[in-house]
Amino acid sequence: MDWGNIFGNAVGEIISPTTAAYALAAIGLGVHFGYTGLLNFGQAAFLLIGAYAFAIPTLAGAPIIVAVLSAIICSVIFAFILGIPTLRLRADYLAIVTIASAEVVRYIVTTTGLTDFTGAANGLSGFKGTFAAINPIPQGTYGFGPFTYNEYDWWVRIVGWALVILASVLVFLLMRSPWGRVVKGIREDEDAVRSLGKNVYSYKMQALVIGGVMGSVAGIVFILPRAVQPANYTTGLTFFIWTIMLLGGAATIFGPIVGSMIFWVVLSLTQGILYGAIESGALTFISTTQAGQIRFILVGVALMLLVIFRPQGIFGNKKELSFSV
Amino acid sequence: MSNLPSSQTAVPQTHPLVKGEVGPGCAKTDPIVIADSVTRQFGGLKAVDVAHLEIPRGKITALIGPNGAGKTTMFNLLTGFDKPNTGTWEFDGKSLAGVPAFKVARAGMVRTFQLTKSLGRLSVLQNMLLGATGQRGEGLFSSLVKPLWRKQEEENTARADDLLARFKLDAKREDYAASLSGGQRKLLEMARALMSNPELIMLDEPMAGVNPALTQSLLGHIKNLKDDGTSVLFVEHDMHMVMHISDWVIVMAEGRVVAEGPPETVMKDPAVIDAYLGAHHDEDLGDLMEDGPNPVLEAERKAREAHPEIEAEHEAAGYAEPVTPASREEEQR
Repeated sequence: MDWGNIFGNAVGEIISPTTAAYALAAIGLGVHFGYTGLLNFGQAAFLLIGAYAFAIPTLAGAPIIVAVLSAIICSVIFAFILGIPTLRLRADYLAIVTIASAEVVRYIVTTTGLTDFTGAANGLSGFKGTFAAINPIPQGTYGFGPFTYNEYDWWVRIVGWALVILASVLVFLLMRSPWGRVVKGIREDEDAVRSLGKNVYSYKMQALVIGGVMGSVAGIVFILPRAVQPANYTTGLTFFIWTIMLLGGAATIFGPIVGSMIFWVVLSLTQGILYGAIESGALTFISTTQAGQIRFILVGVALMLLVIFRPQGIFGNKKELSFSV
Repeated sequence: MSNLPSSQTAVPQTHPLVKGEVGPGCAKTDPIVIADSVTRQFGGLKAVDVAHLEIPRGKITALIGPNGAGKTTMFNLLTGFDKPNTGTWEFDGKSLAGVPAFKVARAGMVRTFQLTKSLGRLSVLQNMLLGATGQRGEGLFSSLVKPLWRKQEEENTARADDLLARFKLDAKREDYAASLSGGQRKLLEMARALMSNPELIMLDEPMAGVNPALTQSLLGHIKNLKDDGTSVLFVEHDMHMVMHISDWVIVMAEGRVVAEGPPETVMKDPAVIDAYLGAHHDEDLGDLMEDGPNPVLEAERKAREAHPEIEAEHEAAGYAEPVTPASREEEQR
């Protein structure tokens, strides 16, 4: 086994754009669930909308700023569509509607009737031009060791992580303010907050939109190093984001970032080790394809163990969760 | 239901709070809440059916009645937490019918809940600050710029500290609300409601589950509220407390207002005694089992007479004689 390569790949995941995209999506989910108590099981839909609403205008020749605005506006509209009928109801209704609508939008973009727009099952590619065009880094290869990338890959990483930092700062500023106090109050008991004269519905909608826009921007970061593939946006994606958020701690600033890094490093390590073992003949009873699946079975087990034994995550406050209210 | 005896006593009574004659639904000289023909139906059950109700301003009004009388439902309706089938009501001259709960609270009518709703994973201070109204930092965009709300936050914190000290919760300031005892949560909920300087505070069973020592201090707080000019409406089961602090008592039974009046006289009203305490209020229920007509034992006896075969079966199955108070006592010995 080439241990150097395995560890190199794993370490590279720490700053990969995919890690940044998942972190961003988990920060958005943290606003939904961790702070406001909204059970959003359709975060994948926000990533999908971000990805398509960015790629489609770009392929139609729109400048990058228009494409980004389109992604943000589409996710805001989607948040309203989800929120208007469900946010007046109990929290569980939002959970049902989000999980269903995430599947609905995925089936819509996969429809062959929309091939001209969405590429149906093949997805979209060739939309990186406008993003690469504003890259200030001169052509070449930079970095050291496992962190050696060309100018485009660095550009994606820099922008991706800058967005993660921006989102974290935004969440920090929001949650230390009276606004954050209101949404945290809603998480605890929305009737109590209502009885104190706060428009609970409006705050829930604001939180849904903010987290949704973060998910949508995460969708853009996610597709910049690859193509848009509808198969990427299954409920599995939503549950990876949930795992990341819970791993780091739901209502924390650094939780989603560190959670995402750990998630991807562990996935990369297990993949490297399993594949290495299979290729060297140490593991004979499974194929590499099966090994790939096993990793995701482990993610499910990890999510269960996490919720049972460390529900507060890495950064969460144990005391905060030790009360059963 | 409708054949409840009228609460009118032989001599028409008057009272300084009341315009005209004292009686259910009487007009007050200075009402803060006026409700008209408020009904709320749950399926076939009319939980609330109030023709006219006025709550006096600046006084402590108790809303009493047996379980299921519709007191809490009336609370929910008045505060916008539930929608009535019919009815209008106004608060301080403003119609509040159909107004959402948060706007009712902003208008100055703040409530607490029977089952305390402290926000467990927020600190006691955060709970308090949430009660303050008109906060600039609660806007989405203004919240991002701390200088816009820092000063107001400091003022609110000072007020919150002041209230916490009055309610003897200042030592718990930084603790999570979930770590408070049940009685302390009641105190916190009341203090939190006061953060908004309400015109009318509506307390749903403020004493339920609170130990006697704390009850005394809660009573003191409620009296202080009146001295500060706040009107108080509260639901309570503890008659001694009602007698002790309320200026006016409104009695509900089966959704209607059956009587109202000052506490000294309302308790003597036969309608109240019947509705609230039941016809056997002056008898021990245990005695009732022994001597008086007992519907359960009566039914058992009739069943035995009608179906002697059951008894035979019971004997065959090894059951003892039918349980009577006498045999139960023997068992206990």
